[in-house]
Amino acid sequence: MTDYSEILKQERNADWRVELRNSVANKDRVTVERVKMTEAEPSERIKSQTCEVNKGLTADEARREASRCMDCVTPTCIEGCPVSINIPKFVKYIEAGKFLQAAATLKEFSALPAVCGRVCPQEKQCEAKCFYTQKMKKEPVAIGYLERFAADFERESGKIQVPKVEKRNGIKIAAIGSGPASLSFAGDMIKFGYDVTVFEALHEIGGVLKYGIPEFRLPNSVVDVELENLRQMGVNFEKNFVVGRTASFDDLKELGYKAFFIGSGAGLPNFMNIPGENLNGVMSSNEYLTRVNLMYANQSDSDTPVLRGKCVAVIGGGNTAMDAVRTSKRLGAERSIIIYRRSRDEMPARLEEIKHAEEEGIEFMNLANPIEYLPNAEGRVAKVRLQRMKLGEPDASGRRKPVPIEGDIVEIDIDIAIVAIGVSPNPLIPACLAGLKMSKWGTIEVNEQTMQSSIPEIFAGGDIVRGGATVILAMGDGRKAAGSMHDYLKNKHNL
Amino acid sequence: MNKIVEKQRLSELVFKFVVEAPMIAKSRKPGNFVILRVGEKGERIPLTIVDSDLEKGTITLIVQNVGASSGKLCVLEAGECITDLVGPLGKATHIFKAGTILAMGGGVGVAPLYPIVEAFKKAGNRVITVIAARNKDLLILEKEMREYSDELIVMTDDGSYGKKGLITEGAEEVIKREKVNECIAIGPAIMMKFAAQLTKKYDIPTQVSLNTIMVDGTGMCGACRVTVNGETKFTCVDGPEFNAHQIDFDEMLQRLRAYKNEEDQAKKK
Repeated sequence: MTDYSEILKQERNADWRVELRNSVANKDRVTVERVKMTEAEPSERIKSQTCEVNKGLTADEARREASRCMDCVTPTCIEGCPVSINIPKFVKYIEAGKFLQAAATLKEFSALPAVCGRVCPQEKQCEAKCFYTQKMKKEPVAIGYLERFAADFERESGKIQVPKVEKRNGIKIAAIGSGPASLSFAGDMIKFGYDVTVFEALHEIGGVLKYGIPEFRLPNSVVDVELENLRQMGVNFEKNFVVGRTASFDDLKELGYKAFFIGSGAGLPNFMNIPGENLNGVMSSNEYLTRVNLMYANQSDSDTPVLRGKCVAVIGGGNTAMDAVRTSKRLGAERSIIIYRRSRDEMPARLEEIKHAEEEGIEFMNLANPIEYLPNAEGRVAKVRLQRMKLGEPDASGRRKPVPIEGDIVEIDIDIAIVAIGVSPNPLIPACLAGLKMSKWGTIEVNEQTMQSSIPEIFAGGDIVRGGATVILAMGDGRKAAGSMHDYLKNKHNL
Repeated sequence: MNKIVEKQRLSELVFKFVVEAPMIAKSRKPGNFVILRVGEKGERIPLTIVDSDLEKGTITLIVQNVGASSGKLCVLEAGECITDLVGPLGKATHIFKAGTILAMGGGVGVAPLYPIVEAFKKAGNRVITVIAARNKDLLILEKEMREYSDELIVMTDDGSYGKKGLITEGAEEVIKREKVNECIAIGPAIMMKFAAQLTKKYDIPTQVSLNTIMVDGTGMCGACRVTVNGETKFTCVDGPEFNAHQIDFDEMLQRLRAYKNEEDQAKKK
């Protein structure tokens, strides 16, 4: 990291940065109010699965917001970023009106800036470490909004810049899965000069960005532009290919692949194993969201069906639960209800998603936990029986543990239940690799510094290692793995 | 994109496709399936791999035109392409030397049964196969099955070919006649349910291959949940074959109707 902090210092001392910094006094910078994101009206946006809620900042709003940033000597915001984006540099480029340079700065660090600007939990990362938050107890610089602004500006300008890549070194490497971990890994490896192929089991590239996150939060067209950028850099994509099944690791080695990054995600949905959970109308959030986001089941010309309920209960309090419950509203549910066993304060979802859900008329039944689903005469789910909870002592996660209130049980009428209580690592890929060291939770064990597994030429990152985390943490893993795989291959092949 | 190199009509509603898929042809094992999709708004359809040709790099699929999605596949001709095809998926059949195998295939279920019969025969078993259909016109793969079966019994519901009666009646005759070590039954869910009841009565270990609803086929969605020995399993990654005597068939039959209203709507389109 010493190298990086040296670079940061040098860049901060560039003439344009010094000049910009001195052009406005800090006492004036701090008087500027944090920008408010323009949003689509809740009553309008719930009519469409594709109407993006956040409208993005205008150029004036972005420059004013960027002017709040004091270009700190020690930019702590960067410490909060899993891919270590040079945040002050891109923010200052925005203040200076050099939006394309801001976008180019983001792309030095992130393969998916337009995605991260939309889905990162900034309030827990960069913005939590912002000087405003930490020292001034004020609202942080809206780093997430600014990131999105720069990436969107570049895309909409039609002047998309393809990052420079090293001369090809002829060494073939593979990324398995095409979600954020693999894409971030592929972006760095192609820059280093490798011949990179990303293998995807589904018929679309993007992993959770495509099948999981709905279009009102992350339009597929935005993801596609970032994928196109990787293609332009030289990354190959192979869809409909399950590594270990379609071809074995040994087959791929024979084809010349020298190392592998497994970023196959935590695809396996968890269920609660309570009575009635296999009734028709009870499904995983993965199934529900995949039908809509990947298969377009909400559109009349799609062959894939999706159940549309009048009263939809979504179990869970994470981002996926919010995505599912808000999707159900858009598919015409009269009541869409979040059922969560703790209280709002403990919800793992991004604050913005909870706020948007509330605005859209989502009901929240917190401190309630399903204990049974009951059928109607046709064997479809008709009711969910809930155990009321209260908060007890903090548990291992630091959050207060929900405890049942004895005898306090209620039933509510529903016609769809969507279970969004987390995912487990997908065993499909690891099962094909004898000798790969796994944890008891089914995650791949890696050296945390290098992301290298027990098999030297195999690296891994994202949810297949973490068990269920965020897009940006997966991307951080991908970057880390790329750096250490590069070192490993340099040594091995005397590059 | 995978090119269809050959198409053949096996019965009124059942078609055979030979499709270019060299890597799957090489890696597939009996019991594996593929997921395919026709058109950009097409549904993902699971289909068991019936056969493969390593030299030509092709796999054989057999599909019954039962709904909007299978219909889109069935109208494709040789030379046209399947939009997406992925596999091989699912666990392979456990093939071993058991002694005498009784294989039961009902309707289009005869197709996925074929590679299993072939494998059990090649593993040195005595294989007795019972195949069944509603009538003679709907019967498929008789000749192919005969090649790998020590004995082939054909049953039709209406008696238009072979013996008249249900598949379980044909199977029970065999069980009463000689020692059967292992059974495998593939067909409509209701047929597998009754096949399981029959072999349970005689205490013969039995595998069935389930045709549950699936979306991704890789363990991601859980649409294919089935209760086996009181535990929820995913057909796509834990199966598709399970111990028939441990399956909650009534729940499975119910779950197959999960999207019935939506499917009926689609057929009308």
